[in-house]
Amino acid sequence: MSLTAHNISFLARGRYLLRDISVSLVAGEVLAVLGPNGAGKSTLLKVLAGEHGVAHGTVTQNGRDVSKQPALTLAQERAVMPQATSMTFPFAVRDVVALGRSPFRKISTRKHDQTLVERAIALADIGHLADRAYPALSGGEKQRVHLARALVQVWGMDDSNLSETAPTNDKILAPKSDQARFMLLDEPTSGLDVAHQHALLSVARREARQNGVGVLMILHDFNQVTAYADRVAVLQGGEMVAQGAVGDVMTPDLLSTVFKSPIRAIPDPDGPEGAAVLVSQAASG
Amino acid sequence: MVASPWMHIPINRSVMVLMFLAVGLLVVTVISLGTGGAPIDLGDVIHHILHRMGLMGTGIEAFDARVLDHLRLPRILRAIIIGAGLGLAGAVMQSLFRNPIADPGIIGVSASAAFGAVAMIVAGHIILGSYYPVVGPYGVPVAAFAGAVLATGVIRVLSRQDGHTDAAIMLLIGVAINAIAFAGVGVFTYMADDAQLRSLTFWQMGALSGNGPADGPALLIIAVGAGYLVSLGTSLNLFLLGEAEARHLGIEVERLKRRATVVTALVVGAAVAVSGIIGFVGLVAPHLVRLVTGPDNRYVLPASAICGAAILTGADAVARIIVLPAELPIGLVTGIVGGPFFLGLLMREKKRRRI
Repeated sequence: MSLTAHNISFLARGRYLLRDISVSLVAGEVLAVLGPNGAGKSTLLKVLAGEHGVAHGTVTQNGRDVSKQPALTLAQERAVMPQATSMTFPFAVRDVVALGRSPFRKISTRKHDQTLVERAIALADIGHLADRAYPALSGGEKQRVHLARALVQVWGMDDSNLSETAPTNDKILAPKSDQARFMLLDEPTSGLDVAHQHALLSVARREARQNGVGVLMILHDFNQVTAYADRVAVLQGGEMVAQGAVGDVMTPDLLSTVFKSPIRAIPDPDGPEGAAVLVSQAASG
Repeated sequence: MVASPWMHIPINRSVMVLMFLAVGLLVVTVISLGTGGAPIDLGDVIHHILHRMGLMGTGIEAFDARVLDHLRLPRILRAIIIGAGLGLAGAVMQSLFRNPIADPGIIGVSASAAFGAVAMIVAGHIILGSYYPVVGPYGVPVAAFAGAVLATGVIRVLSRQDGHTDAAIMLLIGVAINAIAFAGVGVFTYMADDAQLRSLTFWQMGALSGNGPADGPALLIIAVGAGYLVSLGTSLNLFLLGEAEARHLGIEVERLKRRATVVTALVVGAAVAVSGIIGFVGLVAPHLVRLVTGPDNRYVLPASAICGAAILTGADAVARIIVLPAELPIGLVTGIVGGPFFLGLLMREKKRRRI
């Protein structure tokens, strides 16, 4: 079960933004997408989310063509955390998070939704903001709200997240979905401080490890890629330059070529044997 | 406790606001029934209503009963249905455009309806030729209706790009359509003779005095359309997050936009066909409601309908008595109150830097 792009190309105004790309997000893994500005990372994420149709190729989610699926079916198996949204109506933060439960509004119970929402709010560290108006938050705080919203969506009808708190009489109306679920995060760390960046990445990895979610993240920090991702896909100019296990792809040579900036691997004295930190050098002169 | 989506079905603040509004509408209705050129005691009004419902044996004085049955009740029924339709149409448009200042009047749907009506009044015998007598009293309301639907269609087609519609562009195109429609109304007003001018004021300033045999079907369209629009609350909540986000959360965004705009056009077109242009109800009602319930459309939509009905019923009572023995066009009443309200709203938004 996977979310897969098969040889897709995407055109906008006669220009290829993505050309002949194949990539597969498998349940339970963390896939990082890396590349310079304008490489097509966000476009790839939108195509995988079924937001844009493709000129060539197909995108399949759990084996079914996303362009032929109802938005609701896709939404029950896949959550998207956007870079920024422009909502100006003063919903409370808790209500925005609860919107993530809407794909399940016909099959979920109020108690189940409430438990998941509170749990996601705690994980995203927005408990102190829960009753504030969303438009008044800072950029980083808004991102954490959308992380929580994506979490309650990707948790679906699964009740394993309730293990500590679930009351035994909490009747779940629908059977647990046996389809794999996916979470797509568009530059999730861009507006966050360092502590919250690591908190978010840990939450994402935990979803992959414990709940079997396929997580795709667009990242910019090489060391976050090596620390949190299983595989990495490197895009450049709309084409896939490299794809594979983090250890194979994240080499100074490849990164220096792709980012047109010298990048070195420096042995990490505190890390395990063979560990290295990737650093970019300031341009000389 | 603020209402959370799909969390608090028990009685919370928003449900209480809905009940409070319903009671308010009832009170305004009774007061409005008693108000006018021939004042009727409120006790008598209630007595008469109960009598008609079969709860009280004896009726009230025959003259008062006739005034209530034949003049005020139908008129107030029109006010309630049209007010509800306009309030709801405004609330839906504000969510659809994700912009708190959208309103059927501002994006030119009302003006286009008036343009259709005015064109039919002044040039109907030319446009329809020998069919003019056949169409008879239906010609003008149908033209108003067609104007509203056509304007919405043009706005939708022009704002489409690459299969998507951009809400901000759509709003600006609506403003342009509004200007064009009013220019058209101006042209026909210039061409009109004295007799036609009198009926033109009806369309430009609004009136609830009724407009003939087409009223019944038009009111029915408003009622059915309003019923559909109220059911869109949850979808429109998601839409407020953004179009892409709504799609990620399982909403068929283009279908929602298509249906909501078309039904809104039907409701507004039918409302103009019955009563001419009555501005600002669609703007004022949802805003007053949001001040109390917050932005959750599951409550804002029904509450806007009730609030719009109460506003229009109240405004109608004012219109009937303020320049006795004459009657002020109701569009002037809502304009005099609504215009400054709109300005105040813009100032508030400016302060919040949301525009």
